[in-house]
Amino acid sequence: MNYKHSNVKGPMVAAVILLLVVASLSSTARADESTANTETLERGRYLVTVAGCNDCHTPLTNGPNGPEPDMSRMLSGHPASLVMPQAPALPDGPWTVVVAGTSTAWSGPWGVSFTANLTPDPETGLGKWSFKNFKDTIRTGRHLGRGRPILPPMPIPMYKHFTDADLEAIFTYLKSIPAIENEVPDPIAPAPAL
Amino acid sequence: MPPAARFVLRFVAVPGVAAGKAMAAIAMVALAMAAPAMAAEAAPYAPPLPERLSDTGLYIAGTVSAGAGEPAPGVLAYTPQYPLWSDGAAKQRWLYLPPGTAIDASNPDAWQFPVGTKLWKEFGHGRAIETRYIERLADGTWRFASYVWRESGDDADLAAAEGVPHLPVAGAPGGRYGIPSRDDCLACHEGGATPVIGVSALQLSPDRDPNVPHAEAPRPGDVDLAVLNESGLLAGLPGALLDTPPKIAAVSATERSALGYLHANCGHCHNAAGPLGLLDLVLAQRVDAAASRAEVLASIVERPSDFETAGAATRVTPGNPQASVLALRMHTRNPLAQMPPLGTSIADVEGAALIEQWIREDLITGEEYLHELQAQQR
Repeated sequence: MNYKHSNVKGPMVAAVILLLVVASLSSTARADESTANTETLERGRYLVTVAGCNDCHTPLTNGPNGPEPDMSRMLSGHPASLVMPQAPALPDGPWTVVVAGTSTAWSGPWGVSFTANLTPDPETGLGKWSFKNFKDTIRTGRHLGRGRPILPPMPIPMYKHFTDADLEAIFTYLKSIPAIENEVPDPIAPAPAL
Repeated sequence: MPPAARFVLRFVAVPGVAAGKAMAAIAMVALAMAAPAMAAEAAPYAPPLPERLSDTGLYIAGTVSAGAGEPAPGVLAYTPQYPLWSDGAAKQRWLYLPPGTAIDASNPDAWQFPVGTKLWKEFGHGRAIETRYIERLADGTWRFASYVWRESGDDADLAAAEGVPHLPVAGAPGGRYGIPSRDDCLACHEGGATPVIGVSALQLSPDRDPNVPHAEAPRPGDVDLAVLNESGLLAGLPGALLDTPPKIAAVSATERSALGYLHANCGHCHNAAGPLGLLDLVLAQRVDAAASRAEVLASIVERPSDFETAGAATRVTPGNPQASVLALRMHTRNPLAQMPPLGTSIADVEGAALIEQWIREDLITGEEYLHELQAQQR
């Protein structure tokens, strides 16, 4: 296209180009966004898988090959249906922790902790959480960044070093998995009890 | 730079293309897209925090001794009407606004403070223990720090970012005092519409509540809403708030104080504007007093609690504090259940007693409540 000879049409042609460019930018931006979203989600899936989230947040069940994660309850935390009896008292010595066979309830010097429901269920999981809620929780080791302490064995001392980008990827993935309604019990303090 | 922006920059750089108005517009699109990326790459500059409190601008140089100093020119003392309970610590508070600036008070529930704003809050048990410091930086962000007073009282030193969980302090409950970490600062100060909690229209209202637990009488020279406004330090303050200073709407003096106590001790996290909005638990007051009271009551009275404790499963059960999770969690210092979750090691017996009295005697529900609401709206 030769712009040198377009005295009158020049601005119009330029305006059309502007529209085309804006449209192109818009669709390019959408494509970029979609690709970025997919990459973020896949990064999150990878991080959740290798960082061991399922080890405690997906109940173990006894299969033909021994204990294995029950992926039908993936990342839904300690099953509400499994009401735990009082943890056995351990004798003095180096054994200090008792773990449920599901790997979702842990009793130790900190009291009893139950692993959280990380699925996007709105009432019992992370459904209503914002990314800020999630990031604040991991960074501070406090529930929602400002409440009670998050208890062992949650590896907050290590996970707090995740980058913002990694935490965003993890949260994006957790928001994408199937929601499972499962009300996890509140943790139990060692003493004094209420 | 976004790939799309790179594409546009290549396009506009083609030699021989005439530069008309439309092309200029395209170039502007390109620059507009590139600008945020360039801005994001430039780290905002902020000088490091001063190592000593005496270098933060609070005091006239050379005046600090015995845990006190003479406030520098422009440093204003203030005393909120509803104080935060901090294990019985005595407190003093100061505010500094750079010359020629003012607080944007057009939103009476979320004042906006100018760049360069500084606030200090001193905590003591018989002597000054720490002074907390908040500062608004040139890029609009806030930073938080704490300075620990030397036993000699000749200055206070910057605490580490992780705080000091158990500082030995004679006079503090159990002989120990917790210096907050920077994360702890954010827990309360980033929990609402504004990071400045104690300087607000309600907290500095000249119509002060006379029945507040642990109330501190304003000191001579303290600024309040009227003084700040007369001094030209408030911009856009709705005139109605000067004619009728903010006051919590309540059916009784007990309720007024109870709602004020909850506002000051719980509302910085439990409000509708901040990150805990998802809990639908509102204990913060707004200057629209009647609406605010209704909002608080609607979020607690006969509402199921996410946290069940000691047989109670309701946030507040009118007439029965023992069946009210809100009151029970104020009493306990079980670290997994206590409220507030940080900043206290012993329960505020006087504050909890006020809340229990309010729940037991003042809260009404059903027909009576509706009738009273209608009366208020009239």
